[in-house]
Amino acid sequence: MLELQHIKKIFNPGEITQMSLFEDFSLTVSDNEFLSIVGSNGSGKTSILNIICGSIPIESGGVYIGGKDITNLPEHKRYRRIGRVYQNPAQGTCPNLTVLENMSLADNKGKSFNLTSGINRKRTEFYRMELSQLGLGLEDKMDLKVGSLSGGQRQAMALLMTTLTPIDFLILDEHTAALDPKTAEIIMNLTNKIVIEKHITTMMVTHNLRYAVDYGNRIVMMHKGGIVLDKSGDKKKDLTIQELLGLFNQISIECGN
Amino acid sequence: MTTFIDLCIGTLIQGMIYALLAYGIFITYKILDFPDLTVDGSFPLGAAVTAILINKGINPFLTLPIAMVFGAIAGLCTGLIHVRLKVRDLLAGIITMTALFSINLQIAGSNMNIINKDNIFDLIPMGSLSISYRKLIITVTLTILIKIALDLYFKTKNGLLLRGVGDNANLVTTLAIDNGKIKIRGLIISNALVALAGCMVCQESQSYSSTMGTGQMVFGLTAVIIGITIFKHFSFIKGTTAAVCGSIIYKLCIQFAMQMGLEANLLKILTAALLLVILVFGTFGKKKRGALNA
Repeated sequence: MLELQHIKKIFNPGEITQMSLFEDFSLTVSDNEFLSIVGSNGSGKTSILNIICGSIPIESGGVYIGGKDITNLPEHKRYRRIGRVYQNPAQGTCPNLTVLENMSLADNKGKSFNLTSGINRKRTEFYRMELSQLGLGLEDKMDLKVGSLSGGQRQAMALLMTTLTPIDFLILDEHTAALDPKTAEIIMNLTNKIVIEKHITTMMVTHNLRYAVDYGNRIVMMHKGGIVLDKSGDKKKDLTIQELLGLFNQISIECGN
Repeated sequence: MTTFIDLCIGTLIQGMIYALLAYGIFITYKILDFPDLTVDGSFPLGAAVTAILINKGINPFLTLPIAMVFGAIAGLCTGLIHVRLKVRDLLAGIITMTALFSINLQIAGSNMNIINKDNIFDLIPMGSLSISYRKLIITVTLTILIKIALDLYFKTKNGLLLRGVGDNANLVTTLAIDNGKIKIRGLIISNALVALAGCMVCQESQSYSSTMGTGQMVFGLTAVIIGITIFKHFSFIKGTTAAVCGSIIYKLCIQFAMQMGLEANLLKILTAALLLVILVFGTFGKKKRGALNA
């Protein structure tokens, strides 16, 4: 279980550009939940993810994983149990390392990065198998530098790499936003498959309302640092894209855009 | 003819010794994408430590690892200043370099020679071989051994992580690794190699000067960029090989210019021109890299 309790977040405190996002924000994500977060720009979706991962500091409040307080844990230590895929496909892979080297690097998460060979030949076949599932032909490009792959291929790799080792939480930060519709569809299906197969508690920020409706078992809509809609289980299943869009338009009009 | 061959051997020796420095720059600049000016201080640091130790009668072979340790400490300082105190990379290096200037003066003064003492080139038994051939064999062996060691290291898990940090530090963080630590490690290795180069230069020239570090970072940068630019279409050529070749080519250019009658005072202009030419020439290739502007 992941909990955000009474989070207070102010951007640029003390400066002229000071902006208060969260006054008293709380959110609880239960185990095995696949939560989609939607909302307009600046509503605080990505900030929630950044606060969970420790990428940005908070003024007050607490972050808990399984009841354990991780509020003061440095970012890299939190990633022991969290996996994260970013919007920009370039952020999830090392462009100058080969596909094989990237997979090996990710596969070694949580283990010691010692002076033994970086590439485990015994695992190569396993990587090839995992990559072939993607249907993007990556299994034949093991020795190619990742920088020469397309955005979709890189994002698929990033997703695969993130979930290669056991994690409790998967954080998806608009991970299909930079992809063309067809590739986005492939990545989204893959995400769903991995989340269900591996029983990973997932939080997905998306601007694609259809994905939010079609996938996952809970949906949250954010507006100006607050939650305006929170539906899960059967209530979420009954939610249609029209309803969601209606609400979305309503808050957008209030906002003036 | 013999003078020509001597000249070639001399240049090759220089190129081989300075290749050690180029390795260091290769690690910081090319792998970590960190413009590390510590080099201008850690290079004479290695030489200062070597000069004083040899004058005190310590075994010259021991000065190699000792110089490396001192260089490593210099790298550690820059790393800590950058990572823990959050000072910008370039400035962190400048701070350490500036401090090292005084430290070097404290260690060995402004000049010191070790002409009357034995150095490693005298001590390795090689029969009646002349000193220049001895130097050539020893420097080539050392440079190649270090190259092999580095190439092997880059293939380990640890080395992969180092390359990963330079490539995408963010990814390394999501692997639950503190990427600052890895950066510090890279700076330590790099400056240890640079100090080793200083140690070898001191033994080869049998002298140390506190100003010998001026422009060494630019030299290393030029050598690495020359090497990488030449071999960029040959992916099987390793970066370390490119660094060695770049170092030798650079020394050849300088030697050639001197033979053509260039004044020693104008050498730095030549270095600057060489760096500019190779940077401009390099970006005309198929791959443009923004990092070159850093």
